[in-house]
Amino acid sequence: MARRILPGLPLTLGITLVYVAIIVVLPLGALIFKAASLGPEDYWRIVSSERAMASYRVTLLCALAATAFNLVFGLALAWVIVRYRFPGRRFIDALVDLPFALPTAVAGIALTTLFASNGWFGAPLASIGIKVAYTPLGIIIAMAFTSLPFIVRTVQPVLEELDPALEEAGQTLGASDLEIFLRVILPQLAPALLAGLSLSFARSLGEFGAIIFIAGNQPFETEITALLAFIRLEEYDYPASAAIASVMLIAAFTMLAVTNLLQARALRYTVKG
Amino acid sequence: MKIRLDTVVKTFDTFRAVHGVSLDIESGELVALLGPSGSGKTTILRMVAGLEFPDGGAIYFGDENATDIEVRHRGVGFVFQHYALFPHMTVGENIAFGMKVSKTRRSATEISGRVEHLLRLVQLEGLQDRFPAQISGGQRQRVALARALAVDPKVLLLDEPFGALDANVRRDLRRWLRKIHDELGITTLFVTHDQAEALDLADRVVILDKGKIVQTGTPEEVCRAPASAFVMNFLGDANRLKVTVSGEKAQIQNVTFDAPDIADGPAELYFRPADVTWREGGHGIQATIARVIDRPDSRRVLALTVDGQSIEFDAAPEFPFRAGAHGYVDIRRPRVYPV
Repeated sequence: MARRILPGLPLTLGITLVYVAIIVVLPLGALIFKAASLGPEDYWRIVSSERAMASYRVTLLCALAATAFNLVFGLALAWVIVRYRFPGRRFIDALVDLPFALPTAVAGIALTTLFASNGWFGAPLASIGIKVAYTPLGIIIAMAFTSLPFIVRTVQPVLEELDPALEEAGQTLGASDLEIFLRVILPQLAPALLAGLSLSFARSLGEFGAIIFIAGNQPFETEITALLAFIRLEEYDYPASAAIASVMLIAAFTMLAVTNLLQARALRYTVKG
Repeated sequence: MKIRLDTVVKTFDTFRAVHGVSLDIESGELVALLGPSGSGKTTILRMVAGLEFPDGGAIYFGDENATDIEVRHRGVGFVFQHYALFPHMTVGENIAFGMKVSKTRRSATEISGRVEHLLRLVQLEGLQDRFPAQISGGQRQRVALARALAVDPKVLLLDEPFGALDANVRRDLRRWLRKIHDELGITTLFVTHDQAEALDLADRVVILDKGKIVQTGTPEEVCRAPASAFVMNFLGDANRLKVTVSGEKAQIQNVTFDAPDIADGPAELYFRPADVTWREGGHGIQATIARVIDRPDSRRVLALTVDGQSIEFDAAPEFPFRAGAHGYVDIRRPRVYPV
């Protein structure tokens, strides 16, 4: 083996591999092993049952909506924090991390209180006919709340590094503000934005604590997949629970793989020729 | 397009302010704004571009008052110090950008034809599909120039255009820029802190210090008749000796020099290291050689006058004297400035 300058490769590599094996691979392996204890027919029956299908639909659609909301709002938030100096900016910057730090159940209870039909937000919304708590809208809000920091925190550093001269160059070449945003700024944010979106989406798919308080958890209506897996667990139906969980695992893997591909594509200009 | 700056003022919290600068740039002229960092030269350039707005005074493009025209409507081509190429666009896309966002609609073939023409002009044929990260610094700088020229600017503005390049590339590029300017005849204003670059490239040099113009003139004028000790020092190596003026004559030891329009009292005598002859005997300022430094094409001699003031001068490689030798310094083209 060639001599190395940097020390510690065997030690750190060893620790890393042990860590990955014990913390990541083993539980996932157990999950797949458990799900595989079902025959293919049973497996298919469980994962394609009407109630499961409905839960996928609710989870997926709500996660998409929450991510779309975060895309716009998170980008705007990152933009404001990076670009402008105003009193309270550091406070807002710190506040962004709150959903990370807050126990999700606490967030769920707080959101439910706010959006219940007699809550601060819920009451006025109810008076104009919008019901949030115990509807998919409530799920979307809970998902958006817990996954917002992903977008802000991935976009923020890239935005800070953007050379202001690029925008000035766009201006001297006659581009409008919108053109500069769409053609100069957005393409450079795209890889970070994509990473943030996929993290935010993955978190929304897997969110549990914040949602179950506000969702109402009506099967076929407001029951998310994670909750269905939990219900099967409560019923000591471990294989069924594992089967449903395996569907979420596959979905998460597929999505991360697609994101990586897209990201590599968006970053192709950084490759030296 | 003729540009006129009329007592332009810009104040910042920092030192990069501009205090009442007036300047006329003739159509087709190539003018250098030369000054040390913080002299306000880049601020002036940015105000001409519209990237900065003056607090007072006015900027005219031809007869039109352009002071409040937004940068995107001002019709200037700007080459940024670090080029500011769009990293996610290829060389061709960078050059085409201005044409694509222009209100004048151009067909795709027209745009690609013009991109090819510009690439030929800046001698980068065949590189249009590369990304900026994949080409050299000198090539990037030429892409930046092609991109600025693509929108048919009335005025070309360059901010330290060669600042980030190697010495050899710099010299080649500035000769080449002069050639391009002569071909296109576009009014060009560029900022530099490098006096050799300004003298090499410009029709006229504007020398700035602390936000004010201290001298304007052709390279010949500013070199032969520096208006102040600052200009004398800034344009190149200069020796300084303390002298006493009385009756428009400056005296050091028993040597006198003409000092027209200089008030009586202490003053300073300036001269270039190349304008010195060393004599073993006879007339001149008495001095002793302290050190001799060899250079590829000459010798640099460090000497001390009898009263302890240091002088540096250039001599031929055959200069025979060594440290400790006594002699006389004869000065050509002396200039006397008040203290």
